[in-house]
Formats: sequence, C-alpha cells, structure tokens
Amino acid sequence: MLLVTAYPMLQAVWLSLYSYRITDPASWKFIGLQNYAVILSDGLWWRAVGVTGLITVVTVAVELLVGFAFAVVMHRIALGRGVVRTAILVPYGMVTVVSAFAWKFAFAPDSGFVNSWFGLEHHDFFAQFGSSLFVICMSEIWKTTPFMSLLLLAGLAQVPEELQEAARVDGATWWQRLWNVTIPNMKAAIMVATLFRTLDAYRIFDNVFVMTNGAQNTETVSFLVYRQMISRTAVGLGSAVSVLLFLTVVLIAFVFIKVLKTDLSQVRGDRS
Amino acid sequence: MNRHARSLAWSAAGFLIVAYTLFPVLWIVSLSFKKGADVHNRAFFPTEWSWENYKTVFASDLFAAAMRNSLGISLTATVLSVALATLAAYAIARLEFKGKKLVLSMALAIAMFPTISLVPPLFDMWRNLGLYDTWIGLIIPYMSFTLPLSIWTLSAFFREIPWELEQAAQIDGATPWQTFRNVIMPLAAPGVFTAAILTFFFAWNDFVFGISLTASDAARPVPAALAFFTGESFFKQPTAAIAAAAVVVTIPVIPLVLCFQRKIIAGLTGGAVKG
Repeated sequence: MLLVTAYPMLQAVWLSLYSYRITDPASWKFIGLQNYAVILSDGLWWRAVGVTGLITVVTVAVELLVGFAFAVVMHRIALGRGVVRTAILVPYGMVTVVSAFAWKFAFAPDSGFVNSWFGLEHHDFFAQFGSSLFVICMSEIWKTTPFMSLLLLAGLAQVPEELQEAARVDGATWWQRLWNVTIPNMKAAIMVATLFRTLDAYRIFDNVFVMTNGAQNTETVSFLVYRQMISRTAVGLGSAVSVLLFLTVVLIAFVFIKVLKTDLSQVRGDRS
Repeated sequence: MNRHARSLAWSAAGFLIVAYTLFPVLWIVSLSFKKGADVHNRAFFPTEWSWENYKTVFASDLFAAAMRNSLGISLTATVLSVALATLAAYAIARLEFKGKKLVLSMALAIAMFPTISLVPPLFDMWRNLGLYDTWIGLIIPYMSFTLPLSIWTLSAFFREIPWELEQAAQIDGATPWQTFRNVIMPLAAPGVFTAAILTFFFAWNDFVFGISLTASDAARPVPAALAFFTGESFFKQPTAAIAAAAVVVTIPVIPLVLCFQRKIIAGLTGGAVKG
C-alpha cells in the first residue's frame, strides 16, 4: 500500500529537481529547486490555485447547505424513504465525465435547452470566466452533494431524540432547536464531511477537462499538472507542480485536523 | 399541522430530491435519442425518438474497445483489491499491534490523496517499465487508491464480528485458515460486497489515470475515450453520439445502486450507521 503511493511520490520529488523533457532527452540536468522557483514566481500557478480555491469554497459551501437540507428530509421522511435513498445514489454512482457532458450540453448554445428556457437567445456560457465556472460548479455540486448529505445523515442519526424532545417541551422554536441542539451534536459529522469534500473538490479535474479544457482562465491545479506533464511532456516541471499540489492538500488536512480539531474517529462511530 | 399532513410534506420534499437527482440523467438520455437536426432544436425532448446514436456508438470500434478495457480493468482491480483488503482488514481488526491507528489513518490519507500527483512519476516509470498504455498500468494505480478505502470499510465491518465464534471454531480444532474461510468469510460477506461495489465505482469512474497513462485503444477506458470521441466522421458534431455512449457507461451503475442501496450507504458512512 505504501509502496505503490509513497514510492512514486518520492520519485516525483526526485524528478522535480531535474530539468527534463521527454521530447528533449539531452536536456536532462540537475537544477535543484529551480523548477519550484519558476512555478512559484509564475502567475499561472497562483491563478490555478485561486481558481481551484474558489471552486472549492463555492461548491463546499453550497453542498453543506443543500446536503444538510437533503439529510433532514431523508431523516424525517416516512413514505418514499427507500426511493429517495436510492435516487440520491444516482449522482454519486454516475461517472463524473458523464455528468460533465450532461451539464455541458445543457448549457451549450448549439444543443442546450437552458438558453431557450430562460430566453437567453444564443448566450455562450463557455465564453466568459464567470459563467464557465458557474457551470463547472453546477456539475460538481450535483454530483457530490449526495455524498455530503449521506455523511450528514449519519451525523443526524446520532443526535439523541430525547434532547430534541426536551427542547421542544421548553418551548424552543424550530430554528433554535436547529442551532442549539442539532448542529452542536453533529459537529463532528459536519467537520468530517467538510474535510472530505474540501480535499475532493481541491483535486477537481474531470469537469474542467470536459467543459472548458482550461479555456477562459478556468485552469485548476490538477489541470496544470496534466498540461505540463502530458501535453508539454515537461516531466521535471510537471512533477514539481504535483509535489506542490500534494503539499497544499497536506496543509488543508493539517488545518482541519489540528486547528479545527476534526475528529476522524467519529466517522466510524469509534468511542474508544 | 396534523401528523398526516406533515408526513405528506416530507414526502413532497423527498420528491424534490428525486427530481434533483434524476433531472440531468433524464436530459442526457433524452439527448441521446435525438436524431439529426433535432440535436440542435434547443428543447429538452426530441421531436422524434430514435436509436440512431446507439447504432453509431455500438458500430464504433473505438467504443467497443474502450468498453472492453473499462470492464476488464475495473473488474480485475476490484477483485484483486478486495481480496487483499479482506486479509489486511482482518489482521487489523483482530491483531493488536503498535501503530494500528497509524495504519488506518494512513489508509484514509491515501484515499484523499490528489490522484493527479501520482501521474508524473507513474508516467515516467511506466514508460521505462513498458507498462504505459497497458491494462496492468491502470490496474496498479487503481488498486493503490482503492485498497486503503476497502481496508477502511472492511475493518469497520470486521469489528462487528464476535471474537467468540472464532475461539469456538479453534476449540473444535479448526485451523486458522479454516476458521477464516468457514466462520469469518460468510459473516464478512456483506462488508466485502460493499467494499467491492465502492472499489468498482472508483475504477469505473476514473478519468485522470485513464487519459494520462494510455495512448490508444489498447487500454483506454470509456470515460477517457468519451472525452476524445469524435463521432463517425470528423465533420459531424458528436454531441448526440457522446450522449448515447454516456448513457451506456451509466447502465452498469444503475442496477448496482438499485439492488445494493443500503449496503452502499453503510459503506460510505464507514459503518457508523446501519443503513
């Protein structure tokens, strides 16, 4: 397990210290940290980080709200419970690329229904940064909200019903119960769901590849790695970007676990 | 509000969720049945339903090869990964050893690893080892990502199995392997199944490795092939054909979701709740 992930990662660190392009084997040369200097002083990297960060914050925030609403419904619903719980797995099971195509074609000016439904004539959503990002986020949110809502549902199930009842007897409104009873009691589940989805959203790639291919400045960090590595065959530079991506992810996880005190053992219901 | 009305209100809300989940699926299905100029009618439904796009897709060698690759690679990765994970998770659940928590945390960390970070080193290694553009070249990274996830899911299931059963078998003179095979396996089967489904979803869904580590029909799986699909001729817009192909890739997922809803939910939430 470690062998198949740790070894390639070390290999990436090692490759990132060299100047090396496959199309130009003679260029193989040790250049130390120069690749990193190139990347960190380039606007391209910072823009990709900004775009990825923006997508992550927007999608995770929306998913928390929508996912929580879904979780509450799934928790309370009696008639049709099975149907809803089955349907919620459909977006989860769908191939991301398929979801990306579905949303792309829906918004595309030549084949989509969105423009004609909203009377937008031939508005091209993929011609500007803002609207391209909007569609990318839509697809991402649609596909991953179910996962979020299922984790939140698990948390919701752990909130003791007696506490709810007691609050109700004391005359607490629905809103007060939500803020003072439900949410504090499922804080662990909320944090874990947010952590999982943040790390997942940060590596977004499929949607961007299918929808814009990085056009209109929608390039994300993962996409940058791909483009350096596969399209430009710049192994050294691509490796350096991937090492930086890895470090960013570690940093995010660290902040969640140490600073925000996300308790991972909670997900599994471990009490020990 | 009386009890009955309240229950109906929740069901109505549930209906909205179902609509949310199925709407884009319905759209891509509808699009896949559009024929010729209908693709550009900018309406949700086709004026005439046609199988034309499905005929195009199935007639395409590219798609047939991709489908074969996807099925072969995903199934192999699933079987190998779950078999190994079962043994590992059993050990983790049964044996007390130093760093047990660390192993489980590592497993989770790897599952959250940015997949693309492995592409540059693997790309380079695979080219040197001759694994680039082969089935094995994809099966190995799939396994490395799904093993931790499976171990994580399975160890939650194994913890639920009572120790005493095993001791009873030992007293009756069963060897450790017999105990594992005849006592533990039947009880662990639902967990193993869940892990298998989640693993299959991962491998089936993968796009990053699919496009980066393949170059031809030899190993390129469907999601990657979809992105490069250009239709029967270069000049024809492939929109509807892609939609049809997209529907075909989704088909294996639907029965899995329908039949194993409870198991998948239990697996996703890490055994914290019983579906």
